[in-house]
Amino acid sequence: MLLDLSKIFGKPKNSKEVAKERLKLVLIHDRANVSPQFLEMLKSEIIKVITNYMDIEESALDIQLTRTKSDDGESTVPALYASIPIKNIKSSGK
Amino acid sequence: MSEVIVVTSGKGGVGKTTTTANLGTGLALAGYKVVLVDTDIGLRNLDVVMGLENRIVYDLVDVVEGFCRVKQALIKDKRYEGLYLLPAAQTRDKTAVNPQQMMKLCQELKEEFDYILIDCPAGIEQGFKNAIAGADRAIVVTTPEVSAVRDADRIIGLLEANELRNPKLLVNRLRIDMVKRGDMMSIDDIIDILAIGLIGVVPDDEKIVVSTNRGEPAITDDKALAGQAYRNIVRRIRGEEVPFMNFNEDQGFVDKLKKLFGLKAN
Repeated sequence: MLLDLSKIFGKPKNSKEVAKERLKLVLIHDRANVSPQFLEMLKSEIIKVITNYMDIEESALDIQLTRTKSDDGESTVPALYASIPIKNIKSSGK
Repeated sequence: MSEVIVVTSGKGGVGKTTTTANLGTGLALAGYKVVLVDTDIGLRNLDVVMGLENRIVYDLVDVVEGFCRVKQALIKDKRYEGLYLLPAAQTRDKTAVNPQQMMKLCQELKEEFDYILIDCPAGIEQGFKNAIAGADRAIVVTTPEVSAVRDADRIIGLLEANELRNPKLLVNRLRIDMVKRGDMMSIDDIIDILAIGLIGVVPDDEKIVVSTNRGEPAITDDKALAGQAYRNIVRRIRGEEVPFMNFNEDQGFVDKLKKLFGLKAN
């Protein structure tokens, strides 16, 4: 396993890291322009579909509405970002 | 080719008016014919920042309502060749003008001027809609604070929803010492969050207060750090590639080690 040097020698988190994290969270909801319940509903629907095919780490599931550069790199477009750790792929799905 | 550029931010007090005054003055000094339009009806300030408050006769609302011609309302800045101000009305409110009228006004000004800089009021209501109505491009001003960056994000979304694509970010009042300590978001942090292109970084500078006191834009001060930053932005507006000053935090020992071992991309 790779040791994270900063965790051993690192200082406590500085205030700009706190600012960044808080901003990122608040912007998820601002950008979605919908209630947090909307994201929760979306999340549970996604889990429902995916669990038909694989076992996932539900507690580590991360879904965000964010922005990304468009293909031409000229403008930004909304993007749904989902990080879904897989524990096991179900073979019955063959 | 004439261009209408709106200077906007969402949050108040981040430096829209100071930015408009300095960039407009800089463009005039570069030889362009420039008009600054204050759309902050009821809370006008571009006139005092420019030191032209004693010369107002007619204003934006008079023009839009047809009480005078555009030329009668324009105040010529005698210090800088080619620089004009169209002041906002002080005794009316944002509803005195509508977006269609602003579009028409911008078209008219385009015939006369190379650059039309619109100073947008804070907020996202009618005043904002008026300010962006006739704009070809937008500069979003923010400061490295959570509240200002959040509002900038909202404004970027609204600009794009109104077909003002590819707005550019101006980070104002950066405290380089605080960034180095890790107590202020760096330019990279802000760009990472907002995902838009940068047009410039203006360091926090006492000289801005002094120049506003006097009604003389800091861009004319050769020694002011903020003045240098504004001059760079003017060149970028004109399409030049000007490298950004390095405002990033010092790398700590651990980061340097990580980089040495290839653990950290940079």
